[in-house]
Amino acid sequence: MSEDKKTQIFIKKEWCKSCGICFAFCPKEVLQPDELGKAVVVHPDKCIGCKICELHCPDFVITVEKEENNENGQEKASSR
Amino acid sequence: MKTVKRKLLQGNEACAEGALAAGVRFFAGYPITPSTEIAEIMAAKLPRLGGRFLQMEDEIAGMAAIIGASLAGTKSLTATSGPGFSLKQENFGYAIMTETPCVVVDVQRGGPSTGLPTSPSQGDVMQARWGTHGSHPVIALSPASVRETFDLTVKAVNFSEKFRLPVVLLLDEVIGHMREAIELPDYDEIEIIDRKKPQVPPEEYLPYKADEDGVPPMANFGDGYRFHVTGLTHDETGFPSNKPDVSAQLIKRLNDKIEKHKDEIIITEGYQLEDAEVVIFCYGCVARSAKRAVKEARESGKKVGLLRTATIWPFPAQVLQKSVKDAKYVLVPEMNEGQLLEEVERAIGCKLKVEGLNKINGELITPSEILEKIGEVI
Amino acid sequence: MSVVEKYLRVNKMPHIWCPGCGNGIVLGAFIRAIDKLGYSKEETVVVSGIGCSSRASGYLDFNTLHTTHGRALAFATGIKVTRPELKVFVIMGDGDATAIGGNHFIHAARRNIDITAIVFNNSIYGMTGGQYSPLTPPGSKATTAPYGTLEKPFNIPELAKAAGATYVARGTSYHAKMLSDLIYKGAQNKGFSMIEAITQCPISFGRRNKMGSGADMLKWQKDISITVKAAGKLPPEKLEGKLIIGEIYNSEAPEFTEQYAELVERISPKRGEG
Repeated sequence: MSEDKKTQIFIKKEWCKSCGICFAFCPKEVLQPDELGKAVVVHPDKCIGCKICELHCPDFVITVEKEENNENGQEKASSR
Repeated sequence: MKTVKRKLLQGNEACAEGALAAGVRFFAGYPITPSTEIAEIMAAKLPRLGGRFLQMEDEIAGMAAIIGASLAGTKSLTATSGPGFSLKQENFGYAIMTETPCVVVDVQRGGPSTGLPTSPSQGDVMQARWGTHGSHPVIALSPASVRETFDLTVKAVNFSEKFRLPVVLLLDEVIGHMREAIELPDYDEIEIIDRKKPQVPPEEYLPYKADEDGVPPMANFGDGYRFHVTGLTHDETGFPSNKPDVSAQLIKRLNDKIEKHKDEIIITEGYQLEDAEVVIFCYGCVARSAKRAVKEARESGKKVGLLRTATIWPFPAQVLQKSVKDAKYVLVPEMNEGQLLEEVERAIGCKLKVEGLNKINGELITPSEILEKIGEVI
Repeated sequence: MSVVEKYLRVNKMPHIWCPGCGNGIVLGAFIRAIDKLGYSKEETVVVSGIGCSSRASGYLDFNTLHTTHGRALAFATGIKVTRPELKVFVIMGDGDATAIGGNHFIHAARRNIDITAIVFNNSIYGMTGGQYSPLTPPGSKATTAPYGTLEKPFNIPELAKAAGATYVARGTSYHAKMLSDLIYKGAQNKGFSMIEAITQCPISFGRRNKMGSGADMLKWQKDISITVKAAGKLPPEKLEGKLIIGEIYNSEAPEFTEQYAELVERISPKRGEG
């Protein structure tokens, strides 16, 4: 899976506990804390779809999808 | 009832036979005197019937494993003695809370602690009632003969399935090891009760929503009904809740489902009670001595009767009240320091004299000891 | 809907775990492994004990059993022995599995029963507020070790291996992808599989030991970890204080429920013999 494909990042804010793991590990500073410390996407264009945030979010808040991917495609994207 | 076989059996053997006849197909336990024969027979017979026997790493695991097997749909039983029963109390409570049918056979021996491993006792009557923490219901049955051990084991399995709780079968070393020639019924004619199945599709199933009788239908793991089981206080969905009303309702229902059916659960035997001035109230192996004592007392013109209970819990208070209506004296012989004596006093108040005859030295209470005690009052 | 959500009881979210706790990461790795395995929800059973990590069973949309402290494997054994066709997973904490449940742990391994056990090791009793466990690193502080622990911790993989487990691995919540792969592989082993998942407890363990936030503790996991392969090339003295991760042991041995089925077959009366 090439890394220049557009990605979509979904945030389920109501589950977020502001732990900060996602922005600590995002290699491209795509995610930043809001005033309550919850994750917000500030630079969606910089996302490389590495899914570090999704895999390390302890609260299942973040889902990263390649734009043209369906559900089956997701698995491939994460198995890099 | 058509009988198929006459056999010379030990109480423990009759228990194993009863369990198999009732449909038990899983046993998990740990060796302990004087119950071990039950495990040995199950080890030999269960695999031949397509069942499974497991000798677990400890008593606690035995109790846990039978609960697991029962949740997966297999009728299950374990056997132990006092020290092992103590260890099982944790998961015994779990079975009560999760409403998992299973049977625990406790072949009582002298205690506390390791006590008298090869001597009889009735010291676990209160352990059966209150051994696990919390306000909970319990069914405990105690047979007085080998044949009755067979019958009550079947009953124990049936009650556990019908009311969804762990049922205790209290044997004692005498009943467990005594041999009697008995006739076993045709297994096909024995009444077998199976747990109620849900009548709704999986998406509508609420695992802890009870029917009118207070008992929720039970799906088995792996049968398409996915649900959660926890020992935490839970609501009808099965998930934890610490809301006061949910907690109160659950505990009330657990107790009520037994309380409301106690007439069905309580099994007693009256002997020469009609005009009895002295009523002997007892259970288990002591009832054998008591019956002999009643016969001898009657021969010498004394109006003595016997109320033997096969159901210890729930306590047969009403039957007892009726039986002692015209009595002047109630004797409660027990191989403990009077564990049921106080229950008797509670049931009949201070209207008549109630006394215990207690023996805790590992020896049976004899008919002459009972007669001697009776002689002191009439 | 994300892969994870497909298997969660979403109406139970958000879960009870503290901010920055690694249990959710391990649970996510577990769910992704199940998804990859393709097991149906109906055939999957998750049994847990008592403690923070054991709350995981309530969040999973399978047949779930939240049991008593330390006893999960014994309950699971009853299920697996009577219904061998079910896929049985056990989730335990470090204290749950190796202190109060230590006996069940070694005996489930000894039987080589086809159960996949995941031990969430956060080095502490979290739910009760931070008492030391058999996995608390020596010298660490806990509410019951205010001057630091004196006790030597278990090496869970070595314990499982010595007891008879046929698949043994260790992962961390930092190496979430690898952890998921280890669970995936362990589940396919026909026998007892044990995957230790190192997870961070920033509240009850990290804070008392000045280890920083959940993110800081993940970095700590990264720093002390070394793969089995890399560790094999180093002398023992260089491995001190290191956490060896990856597949530690994988072998074949007769599986208990299969052995039992063979026994039943062997002793069953043959047709015509009456």
